[in-house]
Amino acid sequence: MEVYGVTLASRLLLGTALYPSPAILAEAVRRSGAEVVTVSLRRESGTERAGQAFWSLIRDLGVRVLPNTAGCHSAREAITTAQMAREVFGTNWIKLEVIGNHDTLQPDVFGLVEAARALTTDGFEVFPYTTEDLVVGERLLDAGCRVLMPWGAPIGSGRGLNNLYGLRAMRAHFPDVPLVVDAGIGLPSQACQAMELGYDGILLNTAVAKAGDPARMAEAFANAIRAGREAFLAEPMPPRDMAEPSTPVLGMAFR
Amino acid sequence: MRVTVVGAGIAGLTTALALSEGGATVTVVERSATLGADACSRYAGGMLAPWCEAESAEPLVTRLGQEALAYWPRVFPETIRRGSLVLAPARDAPDLDRFARRTTEHERLDAEGIAALEPDLAGRFRQGLFFPREAHLDPRRALASLADRLSARGVAIRFGEAFDPDGHSRDTVADCRGFAGADRLPDLRGVKGEMLILRCPGVSLSRPVRLLHPRWPLYVVPRGDGVFMLGATMLESGERHRVTARSVVELLSAAYTLHPAFAEAEILEMGADARPAFADNLPRIRAQGPRVAVNGLFRHGFLLSPALARRAADYILHGTQDPEVMDENPRQQRSA
Repeated sequence: MEVYGVTLASRLLLGTALYPSPAILAEAVRRSGAEVVTVSLRRESGTERAGQAFWSLIRDLGVRVLPNTAGCHSAREAITTAQMAREVFGTNWIKLEVIGNHDTLQPDVFGLVEAARALTTDGFEVFPYTTEDLVVGERLLDAGCRVLMPWGAPIGSGRGLNNLYGLRAMRAHFPDVPLVVDAGIGLPSQACQAMELGYDGILLNTAVAKAGDPARMAEAFANAIRAGREAFLAEPMPPRDMAEPSTPVLGMAFR
Repeated sequence: MRVTVVGAGIAGLTTALALSEGGATVTVVERSATLGADACSRYAGGMLAPWCEAESAEPLVTRLGQEALAYWPRVFPETIRRGSLVLAPARDAPDLDRFARRTTEHERLDAEGIAALEPDLAGRFRQGLFFPREAHLDPRRALASLADRLSARGVAIRFGEAFDPDGHSRDTVADCRGFAGADRLPDLRGVKGEMLILRCPGVSLSRPVRLLHPRWPLYVVPRGDGVFMLGATMLESGERHRVTARSVVELLSAAYTLHPAFAEAEILEMGADARPAFADNLPRIRAQGPRVAVNGLFRHGFLLSPALARRAADYILHGTQDPEVMDENPRQQRSA
C-alpha cells in the first residue's frame, strides 16, 4: 500500500491506546507486523511534555508514528493538536478525527473537511476518519487528502462492517484513492471482509488492546488482513443462487 | 544491620516495617515536611482488590496482592473486609461479561442481589459482580498508622531531608522514592491519576464500587461519614498535581450515573499525582550495589507493598532472591 509517497508492506495500522501495559503493546505491535501505529496526544500531553516516557517507548518500537487527534470536538481543537503532534513526533502525518457526538463518536464531517483543508495548506498529510459518505469523501479529496478512512462501525463497538453496500460503493467510487477502514472492527473475519472488498488497509485498536491476549490477537488480524488482500487479488468467484457441481455428473456410473 | 529507607510513601513505610521486624536498625528519610504530603500514596483508592485487578493486570498482581488481605488487618485494624462490587449500566453489559471472564473469586448478582448488598443502589443496576474476599482501607489513615507503628519500634522518620545518594555510604539504602526514583531507574515512567474527594451524606455505600464504562471507568470508595473517594484517571504522563476540568467532568458524570445524589455532593478535594510504573506495569526490587530500589508499584501501592516489602527485607537481610520481583539493572544486563 502506498500513502503519501510511502510504501507500506503491512496493511494493518495499529492504535496504541487501552493496552494493559506498554510491554504488552510492544509485543502486540511486533507480532502484528504493523509498520504504522497511531498515538493520541491530546490527553497525554499535559503542560510540560510530561508524556515523554510513553512517547519514547512508542519511538522505540521502530515503526512509523501516525499521531491522531482523538477526542477533539472542533476543527480548531484538531488543528492545534495536529500542530503539537508535528512538533512532538517530527512528522507531517496526522490522523484527523473531529468528533461530532461524544456518545456515538461519529465524525463531524463538516469540521473534518474544514480542518483537513487548513492542515493540508499548512503542509500536513492528512488521514481523515470519515463516514462512507461519497460526497464527504470528495470534499476531503478537494481539501487535499490523498487517503480516506471510512468507519466500519462506531469506534470501539466491534460491530464490523455496518454498511457493506456503502463501503462497496465507496471502493467503486474512488478506485484510485487508498481506502483504509478505520474503527468498528472487532474480529479478524471482519477485517478480512473489508480487504476482500478491495480496501487497502485496516486501522484498529480496541479489538487488539482489549483482547484477552492482545499480542496473539494482533497476529490473528495480520493473518486475516493478508488473507483478505490475497483473496481480493485472486478475484473471487461470483456467488450464484443454484448449486453447480465442480465435477460433471452426466454419465457417471450408477446414476 | 543498619538500613536507610528513602521515601515515606507506602513502599517506604512497609519496607521499613518489614526490615525493622526482621531485626534491622532502620531510619527513614523523607523529603517532605509531613507524612504523605508528597507521596502519591496520598491519592490512592486504598482498594485491596487482587481479583478485580486481574481484569487488566498480570496474574502476578493477583498472586502477590493476596498477601495484602492478611497484612493490612494486622497492621491497620481499621481495614474493612466487605468485598467489592462491580457494576455496569445495561448498555455496557458486554464490559461486565468481559470483566467476569478475566477475573475469578466473584459471584454474579442480579438487581435483588445488588440491592441486598447496597440498598442505596436498589433499582439502579440489573447486573453486577461481587468479590466477597476483597477489602478496602483509608490510605492516609493507614500511612499514619504505619508511621505510629514504626515510631513505637524506635524507627525515626526524618522529614524534610532530601535523598543524598552518597550520604549513607555505610548503610544499605532501600530506595523507595516512587516516581522521584526515576533518576536512578531509567525505565521507570509516570502514569498520571486524578481523583476527587466528595462529601455526599445522601448516599451510603459499604464497600468500593467499580462502574464499568468503555471510556470512563470509575471507582467510588467509601471513607465513612458520608465521604467518598472517586478515582481515577490513567494518563500516560509523568505530570503531577494538575487536575484537568475534563477529568473532573468525566469522573463526576460517572459518579452521577452511579447515583444521582452525587450531583449535590460537596467537593472536598481534587488531587493528581504520577504513579511509578515499569513498562510491564509490574513492581520490581532491583539491587544496585548497596542500594536496593523497591519501585514500580503502579496503581497497586497498598495492594502490593506488603508482598514487596517482605521480599525486599528478605533480600536485604538474608540475600533471598525472588525472581518474580527481582531483576538486574537492564543496563548491566546489556553490557554483560
